[in-house]
Amino acid sequence: MMYYQLLGPEITVAVLGLLVLAGSLLLPSHGKNALGYLTTIGLAAVLLAVILNFSREAIFFAGVYQIDMYANFFRLLFLSAALLIMLMSSRYTGLFGERKSEWFSFMLFATLGMMIMVAAGDLIMVYVGLELMTISFYILTAYLLNDRWSAEAGLKYLLIGAMSSAVLLFGMSLIYACSGSTVFTEIYQALLAGSERPALLAGIVMMMAGLGFKISVVPFHMWTPDIYQGAPTPVTAYLAVASKAAGFAVLVRILLIAFPPTSLDWKLILAVLAALTIIIGNLTALPQTNVKRMLAYSSIAQAGYILVGLVAANTYGLKGVLFYAMTYVFANVAAFAVTAVVEVAEGNAELESFNGLGRRAPMPAAVMTICLLSLAGIPPMAGFAGKLYLFSGAIQGGYLWLAFIGLLMSMISVYYYLHVAKAMYIGISSREDRVLLPVPVRIALWICLLGTILMGVYPGPLSELTELAVQLFSAV
Amino acid sequence: MIGLNHYLLLGTVLFGIGAYGVFAKRNAIAVLMSIELMLNAVNVNFVAINRFLQPAAGMGQLFAIFVIVVAAAEVAVGLALIISIYRHRKSVDLNDFNLLKW
Repeated sequence: MMYYQLLGPEITVAVLGLLVLAGSLLLPSHGKNALGYLTTIGLAAVLLAVILNFSREAIFFAGVYQIDMYANFFRLLFLSAALLIMLMSSRYTGLFGERKSEWFSFMLFATLGMMIMVAAGDLIMVYVGLELMTISFYILTAYLLNDRWSAEAGLKYLLIGAMSSAVLLFGMSLIYACSGSTVFTEIYQALLAGSERPALLAGIVMMMAGLGFKISVVPFHMWTPDIYQGAPTPVTAYLAVASKAAGFAVLVRILLIAFPPTSLDWKLILAVLAALTIIIGNLTALPQTNVKRMLAYSSIAQAGYILVGLVAANTYGLKGVLFYAMTYVFANVAAFAVTAVVEVAEGNAELESFNGLGRRAPMPAAVMTICLLSLAGIPPMAGFAGKLYLFSGAIQGGYLWLAFIGLLMSMISVYYYLHVAKAMYIGISSREDRVLLPVPVRIALWICLLGTILMGVYPGPLSELTELAVQLFSAV
Repeated sequence: MIGLNHYLLLGTVLFGIGAYGVFAKRNAIAVLMSIELMLNAVNVNFVAINRFLQPAAGMGQLFAIFVIVVAAAEVAVGLALIISIYRHRKSVDLNDFNLLKW
């Protein structure tokens, strides 16, 4: 018996995306605002459906597609991120002019791609989901067509993204050659029986490199700052939180489910990469003067922290990966939402534009400060609880040096996060008028603020959720 | 007798040529073509592995078809982006796209 209604979220998002696309062609321009409301309500309904069916699991098409609690956790993450982004972008989408409504449908398709990625139990499915997500993001990145930065960022993202998927595919073809299957569980069985082969090692390494591009791990991070700075701010926020989480979700599932521990000692490789990512991400974030670019480098560093949990690969570490990815959504979306507000008001996201924001817009400035402190891992914010899981997982797994590097670099990161707070509260602006704050942005900021603080002071519920989600890997 | 290894060698060489093109070419369209070469090298791999290792099952060929379809979508978006950027800059040379530090 296959429970096809569990595929409902994917089907609904796909249908909604097509509906919005058709609606944007057919509706007159003054009716297009309705499509934004339709998208937001649709996403909220799908989110509710996923929450209600959280503990129901099913395997479709002989293991090709798996709805389990792990997939459900990430579907929850993507849908909440998409919903927050829809709220925060209510004013920003005005910059897109006539093409505003297609933007909603590409957001939906990107979300669909991520949902497919995390539930995939097969290399083909991973690839199709990944490309659905990235091709939507190429378009979204270049969405401000008349803005030279945005168009350039879109082209760069396309060329680098396409090349990284070619590398990923070549790795997949080698894995297929060694195992004779593309389904994760069958690959595991075949590799368990077979002996170690150089082609298999090359395949796994190439696949890790391909996914490394998506999660911007050093040395595959060079594209991140450029694309994050050039893309429209809501897209940057979505790229930073959701696309990265999807990459991690796939990486964790493939490394732990498809490859037996004997095939390659990937933990040491990833440990070195994680350390490099944390160090380089944090150190290059220090001298940045553009807040979007600074957040891009900080997101590289955050990817490094999350990787620490995967390196540990024990219950604590994996829980940390999921927990941190979720706290990261709220903190980062809030930071980008405030950046978008400033960008709409001032025309750019340079650090000087944040001067005096503490007086001109007290609420966003306070939310920004709290969320940046959460990113830095200051208690009692959520980021602290997440880092606690990640680093205690690393210590349990015998990677004391990695936890030490992470802690040291977290301390350094406080400097550049507080740099923004200093501009907002001490910096002097020539303008004294209040910054306009639309109601949806206000709602998004309140949700992010509550999420960041609640998950920090009372991490119990989210911790239990992550515990359920990683049960899948407890046999490993 | 031509065996699996010859095809895999062909695939790897094609992939290498494509990768060289991505890094050496400065024309955006040439880079896009090089990426196509890399993707097609992967297709050669998949079809050959399928034919020699599992003639009965069709997983590899299926994968190759998915790759072809997705690559077509990717190129469509890529060419559209190159045309739109050409309208602004009157150039498709990647060295000219330097507003953001490459």
